Amino acid sequence: MDIWLGILLASAAVYSWKIFGYLVPSSVLNHPTISRIANLLTVALLAALLGVQGLTNGSALEFDARIPAIAVASILLYFRAPFVVMVATAALVAGLIRIWFGF
Amino acid sequence: MAKKSSVTSTSIGVGLATGLYGVSFGALSVAAGLDIWQTQVLSLLMFSGGSQFAFVGVIAAAGVGGAGVGAAIVSAWLLGIRNGFYAVRMAPILKQVGLAKLVPALLTIDESTAVATAQENQKDQVRGFWVTGAAVFIFWNLMTLSGAVLGDALGDPRAWGLDAAAAAAFLGLLWPRLVQRQAMAVAAAALLIATITTPALPAGVPVLLAGGAAVLVGAFNWFAPKSESA
Repeated sequence: MDIWLGILLASAAVYSWKIFGYLVPSSVLNHPTISRIANLLTVALLAALLGVQGLTNGSALEFDARIPAIAVASILLYFRAPFVVMVATAALVAGLIRIWFGF
Repeated sequence: MAKKSSVTSTSIGVGLATGLYGVSFGALSVAAGLDIWQTQVLSLLMFSGGSQFAFVGVIAAAGVGGAGVGAAIVSAWLLGIRNGFYAVRMAPILKQVGLAKLVPALLTIDESTAVATAQENQKDQVRGFWVTGAAVFIFWNLMTLSGAVLGDALGDPRAWGLDAAAAAAFLGLLWPRLVQRQAMAVAAAALLIATITTPALPAGVPVLLAGGAAVLVGAFNWFAPKSESA
């Protein structure tokens, strides 16, 4: 699929939830099971993306400088560092490890 | 008056802080293979951080174009689901009717809802929503552009550790949601499922498969907090 078409479709898809919430009666989305699944779905997708982005390369598993970078990011998150600082530090750690150790 | 200005300053502060990490989105999107325009349109039209990071995350794994784009769309869509719940909470506060719902819908995100619902009276809630929504929109888009231009100038994303930065971004979005045992169990299972099925499945599909874990655990309420379990 063309990437521009994908961008427009994905934007419309995300918008559809936003407008949906304004149009439906609140009882529809406030059902406990529905809201629990929605919360857990967010958690699952973010964790899955973390795994794919952090531990794979193309269609192969690859354990490299990203792992220590993520470990450092976790420590920063534990100490409530701002998002941008945490992300930039992770990049720095991975970049330096690649320069020094080449993996 | 003091109250009014305090809502406004909170809103602008949240807008600045949130907008700032638009830099990471812009840089990571370009590293994933999108160009500056495509990156900018995502911030203008999709305008939901989690969904945007998910979209470019799947594109990074699957490449620009081809079947991976479909998986990227579905991932972004599923991550946008929480905005629907925010809209349900904002609708009775904003009281918009007809076509007037279209604009607040775009601005209905984590930050605008959080600031609005933290206010005590309806007037402050409405102000908090609009000022936060507008501030985040403006700063997020400006910072996306800066990040995209920066990412474009950097060249090889791996040499700069941008692949690690993308992983860290997902960890940062996930972190505040890991308060209960149920969420931790789902996160661990999802991470494992998506990672180990990556060699066997087309790019993007492992992420969606991991979403299945959430549906299953949520539907049966496994690992429920003690007070909630039947």
